[in-house]
Amino acid sequence: MPEQKYISASCSIVHGIVSKDDKLLYKEEGGHVKDFLLSAYKRFDIDYPKFYKMDSLSKLGFLATEILLKGSMEKGKYEQDKTGIVFANRNASLDADLNYWESVKKIPSPALFVYTLPNIVIGEICIRNNFKGENAFFVQEKFDIPFTEFYVNDLMDRRNLDACICGWVDIAGEEYAAVVYLIEKEKKENSILFTTKNITHIYELANG
Amino acid sequence: MHTLKEQIIRQLNLKDLKPEDIGDDQPLFVEGLGLDSIDALELIVLLQQEYKIKLANAEEGQSVFRSVRTMAQYITEHQPAQA
Repeated sequence: MPEQKYISASCSIVHGIVSKDDKLLYKEEGGHVKDFLLSAYKRFDIDYPKFYKMDSLSKLGFLATEILLKGSMEKGKYEQDKTGIVFANRNASLDADLNYWESVKKIPSPALFVYTLPNIVIGEICIRNNFKGENAFFVQEKFDIPFTEFYVNDLMDRRNLDACICGWVDIAGEEYAAVVYLIEKEKKENSILFTTKNITHIYELANG
Repeated sequence: MHTLKEQIIRQLNLKDLKPEDIGDDQPLFVEGLGLDSIDALELIVLLQQEYKIKLANAEEGQSVFRSVRTMAQYITEHQPAQA
């Protein structure tokens, strides 16, 4: 039996709405995704100039994780190799791939090329937070919640992780959705059990 | 050099910076603007796109991209003559 884990916090960015633990934090509907991500970055007062260079998938995952961790997991709480990340999405890095393809028609852009893999978003989050634990990125038709629950449990037990950030981070054109969860072994006041049912409940609330 | 600074900001997406924030002799890498190896490649692209200059020798990069002034000097010396 795997050791019990808990969902300490969750954050979603879907259709112009940013929520944390099911509380609305920011809303800006109707604009283009690039403008929205930039507005959200400024709204949450994040100071990380490298954000501007990221592709949209990395911006989305980075923002969701910043908001998820703020006030929920203080920096340096765990040893560097004790926090892992497991993300999944449907469109891999297609958004960045298409941007890079456009640039190839003139002079290929190295800065766009480096984002033509979906797991780069994990790298950006690891660099920002100094995480060095195991990570994985899965491409799935839809968010496979039972698989995520199994994989994160297994990863945290086998690699003896204290925490794992997991969830769905997807973008294709103007369609985007990020629902991310902070999973910890430590039980906190407002945490809930890390179960398929609870992951599903949060995911469905975020997606309306 | 003001135009070159604008081009660098645009090419490297340094949206928090204004041209006047970049000193003419300020180091572009590490302790200066903190640019990285991907940015170096983007600067090579900038030279090609804006000035039709191809860096003949990659090792030149270190001296060419030391600062905005060294870049400007390299451009002045290597820019193809206008027709």
